[in-house]
Amino acid sequence: MSDLNINQKVSEMLQRSEANAQQDEKTFVRPEDELREVVAPDGSIIKINPLYDYYSGERPQEDKPKNAIVEKFLNWARSESIWVLGFGTGCGSIEIPPLVTPRYDMFRFGVQMRATPRQSNAFIISGYLSVKTLKRVIRSYEQMPSPKYVIALGSCTINGGMYYDSYSTINRLDKYLPVDVYIAGCMPRPEALLAGFGELKRLIKEGKGEKANEYARNFDEYKANQKKIIKDWNMPDYNW
Amino acid sequence: MSIYYKLGYTLLGLLIVLNWGMLMSAIFRKIVARVGGRYGIPYYQPWIDLIKNLGIRTTLSHGIMFYLGPVFRFTGAVGLFLFMPVLFGNEAWANFSFQGDLVLILYFQLFGMLGMALGAGEGGHPHSAIGISRGLAQHAAIELPMTMGIIALAIQYQTLSISDIVAAQQGSVLNWSIFTNPIAGVTILLAALGAMGHSPFNLVKAPNEIPIGPPTEYHSTFLGILMSSGAILHVMEAVLFMNLLFGGASNWFEMILKTFLIYFYSVFVGVVYPRFRIEQSVAWFFKIPLLLGIIAILMYSF
Repeated sequence: MSDLNINQKVSEMLQRSEANAQQDEKTFVRPEDELREVVAPDGSIIKINPLYDYYSGERPQEDKPKNAIVEKFLNWARSESIWVLGFGTGCGSIEIPPLVTPRYDMFRFGVQMRATPRQSNAFIISGYLSVKTLKRVIRSYEQMPSPKYVIALGSCTINGGMYYDSYSTINRLDKYLPVDVYIAGCMPRPEALLAGFGELKRLIKEGKGEKANEYARNFDEYKANQKKIIKDWNMPDYNW
Repeated sequence: MSIYYKLGYTLLGLLIVLNWGMLMSAIFRKIVARVGGRYGIPYYQPWIDLIKNLGIRTTLSHGIMFYLGPVFRFTGAVGLFLFMPVLFGNEAWANFSFQGDLVLILYFQLFGMLGMALGAGEGGHPHSAIGISRGLAQHAAIELPMTMGIIALAIQYQTLSISDIVAAQQGSVLNWSIFTNPIAGVTILLAALGAMGHSPFNLVKAPNEIPIGPPTEYHSTFLGILMSSGAILHVMEAVLFMNLLFGGASNWFEMILKTFLIYFYSVFVGVVYPRFRIEQSVAWFFKIPLLLGIIAILMYSF
């Protein structure tokens, strides 16, 4: 690409960002997500709305347990095979790597790390959660298949902890996501995390791991809370 | 034997092979854990994971091919089983093997991979696309020496039927192809390291590379199907190498022992050697294994 082209591109992008800045913040759309027309190799023109390639247009539905006996068996399997999303959101994520070492070895309890939200069942919110990260957390959480569980690690997820008056972190996690298990402390040791997994297993076996349905039921309330704190909401409401 | 009996035996065999494959994957993870000084998963973990995945309530689709990808993969695995004589000299467990089945087996090895590539491609995740291109590049590099080794065996025994190749190796351990044709044998065993998909050749699917690789978007029942077809595939590839190089098996105990040793040969190589990058693994297959494969073929040209 010649210098001229690059200059032209940069000035175009600057103009766009200026135009974006003048707009109402809630309708902010990144340049690459804008509605656009593309000329296909055969000359036809295709309209592309990238947002709806990446997101879903449907509201989450409640997915209630059906047959009690089958569900009891499945809950046992779910509790013995917890796949955790490998997404460290705050300083608490430093307590997670020791769990895969010989000293703590969480594989004994059927807990494994997965790298993609599509295959994960549990989400550990590890410590303070900045508003910027919250947006990514919501997207990842909504991409996880139901039933899904949230473990809140550390005091910061309960009441803000030492960051209670920070301008950029949230104070109470359960305003934005339904939480199954809290592990208090700053920082909780890996043993505490293992105990938390034990508690989560107990809840799942008792049939109380239905917070994904609670999220779907109170969806509007959760969304309102999320949008109140995330100023540059530039995605549709449905993320899966 | 009536076709109904035969179908019954085949289904029973499939069940045995599936469960043996699941147990092998559990033992594999247990060994890796013990080498790392950990206690590791319980032996029944793969079954629980499978039940859990089948019990997930949300199932998302990205299109028709996304559905068909795991189905193709499963078809590839079951096809590999259907046309493979699992036990030698046993009409019931010879399954539907026929003269010339070696070519079909080679085809079925690739079939599941291609189905997976199509399905994961429809998933639309960039990591899937990178995973597929890496996987296919590595698979091409593995197939070349492996096919050369297998063709060298076919020339040696003048047949394309696996049952005939097994029959020719009976009588003594020294009749096994690994001793009668060591060059082709070593070629196939080196290529088998790649086909089994353990370290150092597991870049494509390793969870800590680009997340998970091709199956990034696969979840719930889809993932369950992929897991069970993976279990069958591992056993059947070990059975293929057992039939080609180690004289086949005449009963289930012998089959389980031999497949265990063949599979864990690749596992033990895996726990010793660290993971290759994709260009390193392709280059590795194009050096010694390919050279040995060419020599194995050329031996019969003069």
